[in-house]
Amino acid sequence: MKLNKNVAVSESGLLFNPVTGESFSVNPIGIEILNLIRDEKPEEEIAEAIMAKYNTDKPTFEKDYQDFIGILSHNNLVESHEKTKA
Amino acid sequence: MKKPKLNIAVTGLNAIDSPGPGVSVIRGLREAASFDVRIIGMSYESLEPGIFMHDLIDRTYSIPYPTAGTNTLLERIEYIHSREKLDVIIPNFDAELYPFIKLEPKLKTMGIHMFLPTMHQFEERHKVNLNDFGKKYGISVPKSKVLYDLNTVHSLVSEFSFPMIVKGKFYDASIAYSIEQVKSYFNKISAKWGLPIIIQEFVHGTEFNVTGLGDGKGNMMAAVPMRKQYITDKGKAWGGISISDEKMLDMTRKFLRNTKWRGGFELELMKNKDGELYLLEINPRLPAWIYLAVGVGQNIPEALVNLALGKKVKPYSEYAVGKMFVRYSWDMIVDRAEFEQISLYGEL
Repeated sequence: MKLNKNVAVSESGLLFNPVTGESFSVNPIGIEILNLIRDEKPEEEIAEAIMAKYNTDKPTFEKDYQDFIGILSHNNLVESHEKTKA
Repeated sequence: MKKPKLNIAVTGLNAIDSPGPGVSVIRGLREAASFDVRIIGMSYESLEPGIFMHDLIDRTYSIPYPTAGTNTLLERIEYIHSREKLDVIIPNFDAELYPFIKLEPKLKTMGIHMFLPTMHQFEERHKVNLNDFGKKYGISVPKSKVLYDLNTVHSLVSEFSFPMIVKGKFYDASIAYSIEQVKSYFNKISAKWGLPIIIQEFVHGTEFNVTGLGDGKGNMMAAVPMRKQYITDKGKAWGGISISDEKMLDMTRKFLRNTKWRGGFELELMKNKDGELYLLEINPRLPAWIYLAVGVGQNIPEALVNLALGKKVKPYSEYAVGKMFVRYSWDMIVDRAEFEQISLYGEL
């Protein structure tokens, strides 16, 4: 999973897509996950980091993570699932 | 090195809810690095706010509406020129461009410079001709039809699906969802702007704009794309953000290369969900949001003036992405005597 190049993420969690001009805000956990994605960590490592810090289990994390990635993908902020898998 | 001081006349001082570009153009000129300015406002109405902005405009003269004819306009410009020794005029309304383009050679002999599209360019990009324009230059445009008669409205049903856009020849556009609405907008818009009325296919998507400057030889001297973020009920951008979209810049380059456009312009674009771009309209002048271009590093009004004066201008190639403009309204307190002066004597 890779953030599309040029997508700007501010420390406070505002995402700006310079191609479309759209802005999005994400919550603190969202920022943490985005930073891990930006560091090109695999999903497994992201899951470990989040589960170590927050009181959640693997199935819940996976569901929320996929929802989050789906929203990022829908808004062209990350490379598409197909691309990533290929 | 001392900068030259230029006397520049500017129209479009109606900084209202559907603003003319004049005040924004003047702000750019005031920030020009290559010259200083004395700004002469040219107004059509006594309550155009720019008239009373004395920190931006040194003196304003009223000028006749385009309907008064080219000779009447020329006489008025000759008078203003005798008082102000104009170096450059920047007209900012679509409706006044026709007389100004016609007057350009004459004004040049008087020492007044402009940098306008040619009459051919001005006519060719007209909404009425947009279908042919798209075909000729290989640019995607929505299907459109020109109507001169209300009785022909019913024929649209077989050619267009609802909703469709009903447009005036200079300004105004409304979305119609039924034939009754098409008729209503036809009457409303034609009463204000005359015939013809243009019917345009509705393209679903997100609206973007590009403002820029062509040198008349096919080169892009400047270009800044913007996404509207806050739109008024008249469809005007009250807030926007500069973006970086290569497809839009490529379309702009193609437009300039193929038409050899001379002067400022604004492209109105629609991007559908598949990312395809459609050119909705070409405005043959700088837009009201032109100060965003200045704010992101491309002083297009300054470059336009230098091109008008025949100076060599280096094309802008960069601009800051993610900068926003947020428009606001401001109540000025104006002495009645000033209003009297511009209303009765046509000068302030």
